[in-house]
Amino acid sequence: MTEPSVTHPYTPQQELPDHPVPVMQTRSLNVFYGGFHAVHDVDLAFGHHEITALIGPSGCGKSTVLRCLNRMNDLVPSARVEGEVLYHDQDVYAPSVDPIEVRRHIGMVFQKANPFPKSIYDNVAYGPRVTGMKVDSMDDHVERCLRGAALWDEVKDKLKESGYSLSGGQQQRLCIARAIATEPDVILMDEPCSALDPIATAAIEDLMLQLREQYTIVIVTHNMQQAARVSDRTAFFTARPDETTGNRTGLLVEFDKTSTIFENPSDQRTEDYISGRFG
Amino acid sequence: MTTTARAPSARVDNPLPTVSLSKSSPRHGEKVVVGWLFLCAAFSVLVTVGIVLSLIPPTIEFFNRVAPADFFSTDFWAPTNSGNPGFGVLRLIVGTLNVTLWALLIAIPAGLGAAIYLSEYAGRTSRKILKPVLEVLEGVPTVAYGFFALTFVTPILREIWPTFLPGRLGEPPGIFSAASAGLVMGVMIIPTVASISQDAMSAVPSGLRQAAYGLGSTRMQVATRVVVPAAMSGIVASFVLGVSRAIGETMIVLLAAGAAANLTMWPNDSVLTMTTFIARTSTGDIGTGTTTYYTIFAVGSVLFVMTFLMNMVSIALVRRFRETYE
Repeated sequence: MTEPSVTHPYTPQQELPDHPVPVMQTRSLNVFYGGFHAVHDVDLAFGHHEITALIGPSGCGKSTVLRCLNRMNDLVPSARVEGEVLYHDQDVYAPSVDPIEVRRHIGMVFQKANPFPKSIYDNVAYGPRVTGMKVDSMDDHVERCLRGAALWDEVKDKLKESGYSLSGGQQQRLCIARAIATEPDVILMDEPCSALDPIATAAIEDLMLQLREQYTIVIVTHNMQQAARVSDRTAFFTARPDETTGNRTGLLVEFDKTSTIFENPSDQRTEDYISGRFG
Repeated sequence: MTTTARAPSARVDNPLPTVSLSKSSPRHGEKVVVGWLFLCAAFSVLVTVGIVLSLIPPTIEFFNRVAPADFFSTDFWAPTNSGNPGFGVLRLIVGTLNVTLWALLIAIPAGLGAAIYLSEYAGRTSRKILKPVLEVLEGVPTVAYGFFALTFVTPILREIWPTFLPGRLGEPPGIFSAASAGLVMGVMIIPTVASISQDAMSAVPSGLRQAAYGLGSTRMQVATRVVVPAAMSGIVASFVLGVSRAIGETMIVLLAAGAAANLTMWPNDSVLTMTTFIARTSTGDIGTGTTTYYTIFAVGSVLFVMTFLMNMVSIALVRRFRETYE
């Protein structure tokens, strides 16, 4: 395998601090589904205006970790979370915290583009409407978000058409526009390009690099080149089978600057995965 | 052959084997099964056509005897009165609409509420219990509902009627009333509306719910702003089916709504519906070939056309307003 480039095509990589200035952090995060221990002791920090990639083989718990960050795992009845998830130094799992409020600050983009069966305009306006957000002019706000998602020029003449009239890549950018419409400061992306062709993927990756100027981004990806191309830091997860039950528990192997992970990993498992020897 | 069988000489020495791609067996059984399946599909269509055809000649005969203007625009109903008969069907149509209105006022909110609860709120256990119970209610014979209306609901209504209300609305209902029949009919239709609406809501892809939750929606917002609009075509279909059942329902109105052809939309009045008229009149007491006999078919045709038109309108509505998520 050729060594992937780790320089950003968009902005030359700024001096990345050795340790992230965290907007979000996990401390000893453990996740259980019923009796199944899905994720073991994850400590991560997601830096301000950085893109953090979570990579690893299937079943290593990277999506589970992502879904803990905005409490989407609450929707799974048997899910249980131990440890802390800090957002601006507040534990989002504290009893006084309303998960709905959490999700208004931490937006999410999903693997499969899932626009609502409504018009393009109403898709973007949905979040501000349900959250009762005060905007001076919804038209301007929708335009701003669509511009922010690099979609405005393609849809400005058909805002009343269904979101499903768009191509797959456009739908995913619509979902990004919808996510930034509630003005979050963190955006979680769960394999956002896995259903897209390479050209649409490139458009989303460009967009991510633009969004980094304003948002903190966490992305789960199966595509190592993608992690290398867009992310500032990378967390590598793997799955360890339980000796008695055979259930695979995900754990964090290594978390560092992306350049370090890809060029000079300190753990043999990371190196094996990066160089394509397993996974 | 060695593992290096890919040598050029091997290709020349071993030409491709012949492979037959023609049918290996004639598969007559498949044709028989497909033919049988076609007959099953055609059967219900044929029966519907047959019903329509059997309604048409007696209806034409009726209109040979009674002018359409007398049927649709006079306000006098006495088809069995030999001296001075009246055939103003308007009174029956209004009677039917009266009961249907009260039934829908019960069934649509309760059915939709039950569907939203079952689809979006209920845990696995409560859904496992509630859904079958609801579906059992669908199977209760309508004569049981009719008896329930007459002997249980009517006395209670007479007891608790809000007599402090001014004017006509304050008068307690008699033994027969549109209110009693309508309320019980509404209860009867709840499972239909709930069950079909819930199926439509459960079919909404979970990705849409996830997206809505991810944007900070409450459960109620997810249900009312995303799931219900996405399931609208199924929900409207459940309403239409409910209306059709209400219009066509016979036993409840026969037992509880009375036989007086009053031109009224008040719930506390007794009304004669089209179905009650047909059921009461086709008892064998009337002679074949009398005008009263043909009246049954004319009223039946009106009933058929009403439900048919309603289905057409609802299909058009659904086409126009549904949010497709494909």
